[in-house]
Amino acid sequence: MATQWKPLIEKITSELVKSLLVAAWFMFLTFPLMVIRVHPLERTIEWRWMNMIYVGVGSFFLSFIWRYLMERKDGGNSKEEGDTWQKRVGLRIRSDKRISLSGLIAIGIFIFIFPFIFSSYQTQIMITALMYVMLGLGLNIVVGLAGLLDLGYVAFYAVGAYCYALLNHHFGLSFWMALPLSGALAATFGILLGFPVLRLRGDYLAIVTLGFGEIIRLILENWNEFSFGPSGIAGISRPGFFGMELSLQEHTVYLYFIMIMLVVLTVLVVSRLRNSRIGRAWIALREDEVACQAMGIDKTKTKLTAFALGATWAGLVGCIFAAKTTFINPASFTFMESAMILSIVVLGGMGSIVGVILGAFVLILLPEYLRAFSEYRMLAFGAAMVIIMVFRPQGIITGIRQRYEFHRNTQKGKAR
Amino acid sequence: MDYFLELFLGGLTRGSIYALIALGYTMVYGIIELINFAHGEVYMIGAFTALIVASVLSLMGMSGFSLLILAGLIAVIYASAYGYTIEKVAYKPLRQAPRLSPLISAIGMSIFLQNYVLLSQTSDFLSFPALIEEFEFMEPVSHIMRSSELVIVLTTAVVTALLTLFIKFSRIGKAMRATAQDKTMAMLLGVNVNRVISVTFIIGSGLAAVGGVLISSHIGQINFYIGFIAGIKAFTAAVLGGIGSIPGAVLGGLVLGWTESFATGYVSSDYEDVFAFGLLVFILIFRPAGILGRTTSEKV
Amino acid sequence: MNKTQPALEVKGLTMDFGGLRALDHIDLEVRQGEIVALIGPNGAGKTTFFNCITGIYEPTKGDMIIHPRGKEPVRLNRLKPNIVTEHGLARTFQNIRLFQKMTVLENVMVARHCRTKSGIAGAIFRTPKTRKEEAEMVEFSYGLLEKVGLAQYVNELAHELPYGAQRRLEIARAMATEPFLLLLDEPAAGMNPKETNELDKLITKLQVEDKLAILLIEHDMKLVMSISNRIYVMDYGSMIAQGTPHEIAENPNVIKAYLGEAFDA
Repeated sequence: MATQWKPLIEKITSELVKSLLVAAWFMFLTFPLMVIRVHPLERTIEWRWMNMIYVGVGSFFLSFIWRYLMERKDGGNSKEEGDTWQKRVGLRIRSDKRISLSGLIAIGIFIFIFPFIFSSYQTQIMITALMYVMLGLGLNIVVGLAGLLDLGYVAFYAVGAYCYALLNHHFGLSFWMALPLSGALAATFGILLGFPVLRLRGDYLAIVTLGFGEIIRLILENWNEFSFGPSGIAGISRPGFFGMELSLQEHTVYLYFIMIMLVVLTVLVVSRLRNSRIGRAWIALREDEVACQAMGIDKTKTKLTAFALGATWAGLVGCIFAAKTTFINPASFTFMESAMILSIVVLGGMGSIVGVILGAFVLILLPEYLRAFSEYRMLAFGAAMVIIMVFRPQGIITGIRQRYEFHRNTQKGKAR
Repeated sequence: MDYFLELFLGGLTRGSIYALIALGYTMVYGIIELINFAHGEVYMIGAFTALIVASVLSLMGMSGFSLLILAGLIAVIYASAYGYTIEKVAYKPLRQAPRLSPLISAIGMSIFLQNYVLLSQTSDFLSFPALIEEFEFMEPVSHIMRSSELVIVLTTAVVTALLTLFIKFSRIGKAMRATAQDKTMAMLLGVNVNRVISVTFIIGSGLAAVGGVLISSHIGQINFYIGFIAGIKAFTAAVLGGIGSIPGAVLGGLVLGWTESFATGYVSSDYEDVFAFGLLVFILIFRPAGILGRTTSEKV
Repeated sequence: MNKTQPALEVKGLTMDFGGLRALDHIDLEVRQGEIVALIGPNGAGKTTFFNCITGIYEPTKGDMIIHPRGKEPVRLNRLKPNIVTEHGLARTFQNIRLFQKMTVLENVMVARHCRTKSGIAGAIFRTPKTRKEEAEMVEFSYGLLEKVGLAQYVNELAHELPYGAQRRLEIARAMATEPFLLLLDEPAAGMNPKETNELDKLITKLQVEDKLAILLIEHDMKLVMSISNRIYVMDYGSMIAQGTPHEIAENPNVIKAYLGEAFDA
């Protein structure tokens, strides 16, 4: 009897010891920063011993979960199961017209009545979330499909925003005139910046785009004659509605519907691109650059189209951002903004449209509605990026590839 | 002439700090080909640890040279522990993953650590005690060079020399070089690659902490964000010199330091960071292998 | 088609890596519709040779010329890999380089890229022209998959395929670029005898039905001897012999080079 239980008891003890060691290690590691708090001016020191206990208990339990997930990942079975489950549901929704149609109608009705049943404040938040959906989908073209890690995406967002703000300030150009211009200008910037840097290897590309992003922000901050420096540009016009005067609330509802329209447009465009000749070239490039070239695909041109298209979307959203807040300054375009958009794409699932939409809602709405959480938002984003990469690199939702059906005698392929 | 000399020495000081941080980037990159984004954060954590320890010790009545050494030592130990832990948590599980995965994980780790310090300490600037006192013999030249600058330059020189000797002659140093050349081959020859990687992170982080303590004491204030900018600049230095090369990191650091110093001194001080980032972009586009680096081609 | 016309001419090809000479004045010729094997011990420089011809490496010296059927000859030096492919030279890789996360059919469709032209606007608006091109692409690719015997896998992801099937998918993918000259880098590596036998038939079929010229690197001597019209032998970056399978089997230099290492054929 005793011998039967021995391995189990040994296993439990060893696991406990492991977790205790991890807990002790993290208590040591976080000791100076989490426990001691120096107030240099008053020359006093605050000792926060409770934090040490939190860290100890927290890491003790988390280390079990970590090891469990690690084992599961190495085993690989359960992950595959989860994926096929997701794949089945995805395929079923796609194949069954009734489910997808009724689902779409329900979502459509909800979207339509949203601004009328919720407050103006809620609608504002929803507009922000939708803006990040668009930004996420745009960056998804670059990172998720083409596999180019762009850490300076916010630069194109800034280009779009300043394009509208300056044109409006100097020449009184309307939102609807400026929207396509912002997109086009951002695309031009994308091509100009992309041309020299896109032949660089993945990790160097990441750093160069990060550098470009910072350069653009610093120029906006310092070139006062051009961009009005850190004080920014105020009094930007909201979108016009056939020359009618709108109240602030009406403006919010109007902007909400503009955003819904643009998001629908974005989803349509991205999903069509994804299963097109260009889209397949992007994915092939992401999967294997050498093989992709050997199959006759022009590497530079393909990368450039992805880069420019991604930039276009950032430019469009930038223009909307300027119109929504009516005030912009360089502080809105820091690296943290790029990092946030990137974490939306990573969390949602690189290459997956549904995933990115879900990721944007989770990352933008959660901190808004859980106020207590908002302080910890960037902390959680950072942790989520590491955890997702370690345990589920494909993100919440795995991108499903297009399937084709063949009938042997006719050999005709039908996409579905 | 004095102005030129002042800029030259200022550049030398900055460059030394960049070099200290760049060494960590270059060593890690040499071994696992990863841009360790969180490295700048380790530097920042080193500076914070030193600040906290120094404050506690000075309230206990300690001062002077022994305070500097003790605070610095504890900062180095802690930074190394952080570096070690970061590698184990965020990079080790991703050894076999596609190239982008560890890079994204590194960015996540960097954001996490910044906010960890922001939340556990403060978002404001904290004033850092001047741990390095003014030496008497420096008085005649104090208008162009401060004592802390002398300490920074000398420390960097000594540390780099020690590191070079360590990598050249110690057992683990040789194992590091072997791993950098060919990981699989090193493994076959009985090198414990995991241990080599851990040691690389520990040493690199320790060096960053040395830089953190010195520069904080020199400038006199720190906040949670200093690691980000310093990190990118040090990475620039590493690339500038040729990533993977230790003398290259030092050379790159100095070149970057001088570029910044002279550009802000003679051109415009508003665009200090633009010069650094501009140099980074320029170098990556026109000579990605750096000054001392060699070009590598992918195996097909 | 005239079987004496050249398809690929390589003259004095030399490749240095730093101080190391990987290829030393290599001469090689493949004629139209001919199957030529390139053999030699590991590290002899065979894959380097392929990488030079396909534009992945830039050789130090030498000339590489292809003669597409019914077109002017093309000098390959300094051409980018995708341009080389456009001129009708396609290849497979020794260490399978499929697009893992794409379906089998998509892998082949990607390779139609340089023979199709619909752009971004076409993709966004799904113009009739784009739809027609897309349908043709699907049909063409499916036909190729049937030819290499992978029709039942169309919607599987490439990395889910068995090993032998992945090698055949590489061939189908290369064929989708409509080459007149196909380079196969160890197509039989890791295959069992049954799979190798099928591969033998497939390569012969490509030669007969598609009138392809084929240059292959291979270690499986049985396969090499049975399908090649001619054989080249490399060792230490130099060409040490060439001739018919029969001549090569008797060549003392070749035997010596191969006895240096384990001869597994």
